[in-house]
Amino acid sequence: MSDVLLTIENVTGGYGEADILFDLNMKVHDGEVVVIVGPNGAGKSTAMKSVFGLLKIRGGTITYDGHDITHDTSDAIVRRGICYVPQTNNVFPTLTVHENLEMGAFVRKDDISDSLDRIYEFFPPLKEKRKLPAGTLSGGQRQMVAMGKALMLDPKLLLLDEPTAGLSPKYMDQIFSIVKQINELGIGILMVEQNAKQALGLADRGYVLASGKNRYEDTGANLLANREVAEMFLGG
Amino acid sequence: MEILQLVLYGTILGSILALGAVGVSLTFGILRFANFSHGDLMTIGAYVVFVVFTVMKLPLWLAIIVSLAVTAALTAIIDKLIYRNFRNSDPVILLISSFGMALILRSLIQLIWGPSTQVYEKGIQLAIKFGGGLRIKPDQIIILVGTVLLIIALHLFLRKTKMGKAMRAVADNAELARLTGINTEKVILCTWLMGGALAAAAGIFLGLDTRVFPEMGWNILLPVFAAAILGGIGNPYGAIAGGLVIGISQELSTQFIDPSYKPAVAFAIMVVILIVRPTGIFAGRSS
Ligand SMILES: Nc1ncnc2c1ncn2[C@@H]1O[C@H](COP(=O)(O)OP(=O)(O)OP(=O)(O)O)[C@@H](O)[C@H]1O
Ligand SMILES: [Mg+2]
Repeated sequence: MSDVLLTIENVTGGYGEADILFDLNMKVHDGEVVVIVGPNGAGKSTAMKSVFGLLKIRGGTITYDGHDITHDTSDAIVRRGICYVPQTNNVFPTLTVHENLEMGAFVRKDDISDSLDRIYEFFPPLKEKRKLPAGTLSGGQRQMVAMGKALMLDPKLLLLDEPTAGLSPKYMDQIFSIVKQINELGIGILMVEQNAKQALGLADRGYVLASGKNRYEDTGANLLANREVAEMFLGG
Repeated sequence: MEILQLVLYGTILGSILALGAVGVSLTFGILRFANFSHGDLMTIGAYVVFVVFTVMKLPLWLAIIVSLAVTAALTAIIDKLIYRNFRNSDPVILLISSFGMALILRSLIQLIWGPSTQVYEKGIQLAIKFGGGLRIKPDQIIILVGTVLLIIALHLFLRKTKMGKAMRAVADNAELARLTGINTEKVILCTWLMGGALAAAAGIFLGLDTRVFPEMGWNILLPVFAAAILGGIGNPYGAIAGGLVIGISQELSTQFIDPSYKPAVAFAIMVVILIVRPTGIFAGRSS
């Protein structure tokens, strides 16, 4: 197996006094697609936020590329090459599509025009809408803006929280195929998904979370074939 | 004709209100609290010009620049000393501490410059007459031109520069801005500097139009807030329109009611807006 990119090791923590995650363990290797599934409120989003310094972590460590990032601030983590697309409110609604992409590159000091061209090539619908406020776009296109914004930094690891939530099946397929293309660029992906079937089909490996704890961990294909997992998520 | 003259006066008052309201709106948009000390920052700005222009007899343009810089710096220092400690607290705490700050600033102004009323230049300015019997004083031309220049500069800053866009991004969604890697502390500093400079400009123009005294900024805070709310608080462009609407309404009201009720006009407009359309007529942010 290739190098480990991200390690979440025995992490316990929460937003305030109460813990939400308990002894959580996860790994993402270089260039891997890893999917997290689990019931509502299982702590999937919280697990992602723990990586991004948004949680009070009371135990365990998070390592990225050999560095301990457990207590780093969000902007330090961005600079290390991890980008995060939250589940909701993941674009700046009054900024134009173009300005959203520019903000994605905020920490960069060099010329960003090549990256902008590349993102527009990757998401052709955004090019026509570049001068419109992102808040006026459809859900699917907003998701493209959010992902495009995250890609502006050429991250090595992309965290996606339910990128297909609330989208029509047509857009869902489109987003899944984009995720695949992003991964083919060599970018590791850690993704939370409700559409477990499609997501696990795409994943190298998957984790099942419940009540803030690890429940199952296997290859995407094995999890799909697992009867208990199927009963939990795949409608029997 | 009388009406047109009142509209002109209203536009001048409206410019002053607009500059004040833009400052309030900018800081609200990013820091999420209504800064009650904004009026007294205006007063500080007015007094700095009094010192540099009237007492030290330096040119007015230089006095204005010094005042903008001094007030902006003071505003940033107040943030570092006071507001910064409450960054993660309930906005009500910030609101109340800004109220306290307002009292402190006003007392300081009285201590330094005394309670009496000052003017920038003694003597009466002759009004310039133009088409249709309209009259305007040279100082009022300075106010109008100065406001237009400042607003164009602000617009270009918010639309064209990286920091300006980052300020709008933080106003849209502060948490997302942090996750995107935007240095929010730097954005906050920049917001205070601009809010302070705009407050100073509003205070100076108010001083040019009328007189300079310790309560001048506090007294005008109500119409300034009314303008910001009318424009949709958090939306600096709405605040400009809100300022003009309030300023012109106040002047026009003197046709129908006693001029001493002018502030009540702003209050009435604010109450109606809060009832009918609390997000402001220019669709600001609700929060
Ligand atoms: N900002 C927050 N502050 C406090 N508690 C929170 C916060 N966000 C989530 N929680 C709590 O943490 C627990 C896990 O929530 P989380 O959002 O991680 O679940 P999830 O698995 O992502 O669910 P979903 O499938 O609905 O997105 C829930 O009990 C939730 O109420
Ligand atoms: Mg979630």
